[in-house]
Amino acid sequence: MAALKIKKGSSSHSAYDLRDSHSQIESSHTLAVIVDNEAGVLARVIGLFSGRGYNIDSLTVAEVDHKGHKSRITVVTRGTESVIDQIKAQLGRIVPVHEVKDLTVEGSPVERELALIKVSGTGDKRIEALRLAEIFRANVVDSTLESFVFEITGTPEKIDAFADLMRPLGLAEVARTGVAALSRGV
Amino acid sequence: MARQMTGAKMVVQALKDQGVDTIFGYPGGAVLPIYDEIFQQNDIHHILVRHEQAAVHMAEGYARSTGKPGVVLVTSGPGATNAVTGLTDALMDSIPLVVFTGQVPTFMVGTDGFQEADTVGITRPCTKHNWLVKDTDKLSETIHQAFHVATSGRPGPVLIDMPKDVQFATGTYTPPKAARTDNYQPQVKGDLEAITQLVELIEQAERPVFYTGGGVINSGPAASQLLRELVDATGFPITSTLMGLGAYPASGKSWLGMLGMHGLYEANLAMHGCDLMINLGARFDDRITGRIPDFSPRSTKVHVDIDASSINKIIPVELPILGDIGHVLEDVLKVWKARGRKVNKAGLEKWWKKIDEWRAVNCLAYTNSEKTIKPQYALQRLEELTKGMDRYITTEVGQHQMWAAQFLGFEDPNRWMTSGGLGTMGYGFPASIGVQIAHPDALVINVAGEASWLMNMQEMGTASQFRTPVKQFILNNERLGMVRQWQELLHGERYSQSWSESLPDFVKLAESFGWKGIQVSDPAELDDAIMEMINYDGPVLFDCLVEKHENCFPMIPSGKPHNEMLLAADADAFKEGATLV
Ligand SMILES: Cc1ncc(C[n+]2csc(CCOP(=O)(O)OP(=O)(O)O)c2C)c(N)n1
Ligand SMILES: [Mg+2]
Repeated sequence: MAALKIKKGSSSHSAYDLRDSHSQIESSHTLAVIVDNEAGVLARVIGLFSGRGYNIDSLTVAEVDHKGHKSRITVVTRGTESVIDQIKAQLGRIVPVHEVKDLTVEGSPVERELALIKVSGTGDKRIEALRLAEIFRANVVDSTLESFVFEITGTPEKIDAFADLMRPLGLAEVARTGVAALSRGV
Repeated sequence: MARQMTGAKMVVQALKDQGVDTIFGYPGGAVLPIYDEIFQQNDIHHILVRHEQAAVHMAEGYARSTGKPGVVLVTSGPGATNAVTGLTDALMDSIPLVVFTGQVPTFMVGTDGFQEADTVGITRPCTKHNWLVKDTDKLSETIHQAFHVATSGRPGPVLIDMPKDVQFATGTYTPPKAARTDNYQPQVKGDLEAITQLVELIEQAERPVFYTGGGVINSGPAASQLLRELVDATGFPITSTLMGLGAYPASGKSWLGMLGMHGLYEANLAMHGCDLMINLGARFDDRITGRIPDFSPRSTKVHVDIDASSINKIIPVELPILGDIGHVLEDVLKVWKARGRKVNKAGLEKWWKKIDEWRAVNCLAYTNSEKTIKPQYALQRLEELTKGMDRYITTEVGQHQMWAAQFLGFEDPNRWMTSGGLGTMGYGFPASIGVQIAHPDALVINVAGEASWLMNMQEMGTASQFRTPVKQFILNNERLGMVRQWQELLHGERYSQSWSESLPDFVKLAESFGWKGIQVSDPAELDDAIMEMINYDGPVLFDCLVEKHENCFPMIPSGKPHNEMLLAADADAFKEGATLV
């Protein structure tokens, strides 16, 4: 029988991109899920991930449209291409979910995370922490004679790097918001 | 023209406005205001069950045999938790249900109040959607939305949890037309470009097969009609899952029988050897596919489904079409006819020759006996004596269920109700009552195993009270037969806990509820006994004592490909070293 005359990558008629085979390589995807801000909606999304065994690397949520009561959930997840497709389709099935955007597929998105990092110490270590904070453009938002709280924004990698540097200098506590992301351009 | 009324009254009003005439339920403290309203009206008929699980299965039977949503009303706490098995069953089999639960008053929610359970939390993963309504003004709109969600797209059960103070309070009633439903509108039309590609495949295929599922039934009778037209016009063979039986008639010339783990040889081999597989509303369940890498290795696969998450979930397909089966089939027929109704005649002729060879294997053959009733024989006689009647069949879960699927023929959709996805023992008896309530004059038979049947036997009282003349056709092998079969084939014949001990005297049990009881063990008396059952105007408990050690074949041990199916003759050679999952 003749081969199918469907363009690879065409998805006009389907829920999925067509492709040769399902690759087994896992990759990280940042998804933006637009939902009605109603009771239990976050539990539905999280329950879907735990119930079906998907990964959540990061999750943030807040109402972004107060008039329309819409929230944006940003999830960073990992999986093979077919698992990512399943995650998107399963999210799309949740009744209060309006839209599922795969920001990773749309192009590398702008991703930012905010962290508060407490470092305690005195003497040289304290001075070194302050110097590094400047390089990373972290702000001091609280200070005592034995401690600082730094506020830092950036990609998750930048925050990891900063936290790693603070460890020998007296890293005491870290609080992170998780990733907020938008696609680039219009 | 806003109408003010209590929340409890709204429930009854909304049900009337949704065209509901029957609900299945059980009262309790947290739903008393609603029961008070039910008492004061005559439009909605309430069927009092004996256990809330059974209420949900009855509603499923009602829904599957009518195409309308089933409605359930239960109380908070234990009422709600008892409903969970039924909800999960309905979710797995895509059955539209609207389930109402009472809840402790809003000011008590979260305090571990008497009969409080986190119902929306517990039922979140086993409903299509659920709501906790905290404001009487929102109650009626939520109910209308619930009916919309339950019946649109891929159908499923939904639940509305109503604190008692919300039922007592007065609010504004929203009629169905004013309720907002535009935010949930699944796509029903398939993409025309993809449909044209499907038609091209249909025109060229040498070894095609239609693989149909419950989605065809759920799409409505028109979809089954269109399917018949397409199958008959193309002359393509067709098989179906357990859930899809009846969409294409068993007497149709292209019918291969059911496929899957206990499906027919010819159906499974056609799936294995085809070059074009057209999946209509089935979901590549693991009881169908067997070992994934060996599943139909040389075919181009097309999958039409209303649920995007079913597509490419298990088996990657070359041509996905998102849409409602009825709408898509209508367009497929239109395009195929417009392009000249072409098929690959030469290829098809060879393909049917091959299929006929497989058919000749006669995979359902069994050794009959003059001394004991073989379960297959009992079903063949039941089929012979009831076919052509206005008949509905439900089943429990086990060997008898698979034999019923193999040996009974379904000519129409909505005539066959069985627990497919969840495999819930105890489903069939209450489901048969739900079917009978919807079709008071029809012959409704539950093909049961004795063990499954006992799981919801309390519903005998419901059947007596509401005068449903349901026939409980129990193939009594005094065994958890399906478990016993696996133990024989896969666990070294160690029959751990698979006996039905201490069974009741079914005839006396029947009589104690005002039913008729019939027991039969002699094959020569079987026909008369079946006729007696059919002709009796009332519920019958039919205790058919059958061979205790019969196995159900064909069987594809899971983890095996379709072409390594076990037939009755191979069973002994197989017993060593396989595993089922
Ligand atoms: C609620 C529930 N519990 C357990 C099972 C596992 N199970 C599947 S079939 C079966 C035995 C059924 O026995 P019976 O109803 O007598 O039917 P038979 O196989 O003998 O025809 C069991 C225990 C199930 N499907 N459902
Ligand atoms: Mg049994």
